[in-house]
Amino acid sequence: MKELLVILFSAILVDNFVLSRFLGICPFLGVSKNVKTAMGMSMAVIIVMVISSALTWPVQFYILYPRNLGYLQTGVFIVIIAALVQIIETFLRKSIPALYRALGIYLPLITTNCAVLGVTILNVDSQYTFVESITHAAGAGLGFMLALFLFSGVRAKVDRADVPKFMKGLPITLVSAGLVSISFFGFKGLIEKLFG
Amino acid sequence: MAPKKRSLTYEFTKGLVKENPVLRLLLGTCPTLAVTTSTKNGLGMGLAATFVLVGSNLIVSLLRKSIPDKVRIPAFITVIAGFVSIVQMLMQAYLPELNKSLGIFIPLITVNCIILARAEMFASKNAVLPSVIDGLGMGVGFTAALFLMGSIREVLGNGTFLDIPLPALQAGGWIEPMIIMILPPGGFFVFGFLIALANKLSEQMDKKKDKGVKDPLAEQIVGAVNEASACAMCGACSVGTKYRETHGFKDAADDDAETKKGDKA
Repeated sequence: MKELLVILFSAILVDNFVLSRFLGICPFLGVSKNVKTAMGMSMAVIIVMVISSALTWPVQFYILYPRNLGYLQTGVFIVIIAALVQIIETFLRKSIPALYRALGIYLPLITTNCAVLGVTILNVDSQYTFVESITHAAGAGLGFMLALFLFSGVRAKVDRADVPKFMKGLPITLVSAGLVSISFFGFKGLIEKLFG
Repeated sequence: MAPKKRSLTYEFTKGLVKENPVLRLLLGTCPTLAVTTSTKNGLGMGLAATFVLVGSNLIVSLLRKSIPDKVRIPAFITVIAGFVSIVQMLMQAYLPELNKSLGIFIPLITVNCIILARAEMFASKNAVLPSVIDGLGMGVGFTAALFLMGSIREVLGNGTFLDIPLPALQAGGWIEPMIIMILPPGGFFVFGFLIALANKLSEQMDKKKDKGVKDPLAEQIVGAVNEASACAMCGACSVGTKYRETHGFKDAADDDAETKKGDKA
């Protein structure tokens, strides 16, 4: 149980996917303009991350490794994720239209979100067990959500601020992302103190 | 040299400056920020991505008439994943050290926006030779940007260049190395300032002479970028916009989510 908590909290705070591992920068900069879209995107990312981790782990350890097909990992994983996103989309549209309207627009963008492929590959690279993989994926998704949530607040302020012309738009956004990233350094010692 | 209509020279050079994938089109931001902790890593990442770009552009262009429109994105991704696996295996065999320091970002070339965007925007619409040249130009542009980022971060953050120590920038020299530069926040800072610089330079260049040849698509993307919508995948590039069009979503995703949020409860 303790290991799972360590994995969960380090994925959320210490090795935050967006601010420390640099995965999923595109949606981080793209949809963090307001809190609602940021939340919608993050919800979709959490769902896809957890389910795709649950699918790719058995594929890697029960199909690819026993047959010495480890080198097919990248191709197989991306196809699984793309198919999964498609299935979730169809399912939501038919069964839960309200949720589909809220999350639908974000789903196709997720296929090419490197955070999702990243989490599945990291699970395998870190030799996590099945339960640990799911925990890691949930933590990564929650970390993504936290970063997006915090940053959409920062951005609302920055967009109204008076910045030099050449820094307007993306440059100032990136610099403020750097500052938010510094603030996450504060969590570095937290995990050791709490669980060490 | 003067581009008559769209010469091969133009296809190559546009990727270097005018449509530099990283600094102008803002594609592939994740590896740009993550692996540029040293010059060597930036260079290695750039070359690996160039190989995949050229290869996938070649194959996509060859297959452009036989891939049905509806499944083209998955088809492109599969082609790209194939080339990424080749790079991965080559690096494991010949450059194990670099492979280790680039780590997860080698398999993640598969979902690098640059490669999919070039397949979608260029290779699927153009003949083989221009496509290969386009891939090469974009790849070199990507490598150059990563090299620049990596050099700045390594020199300022570690006091070395390509692992050669620069005495003036070491501890006890003129300036102490700023560790923050090779940590994640440094990536954001350097990238932000480089984009600002690129914007400034291109503005001045545009003032000096109105360019004869303009790529409407690139203009559109650069326009979107200036509105800070960042990644092409989220706004200007095919996947997002086409999807919204075909599914009848209004153009602004933001407004849409807001109005629909009400009936979710």
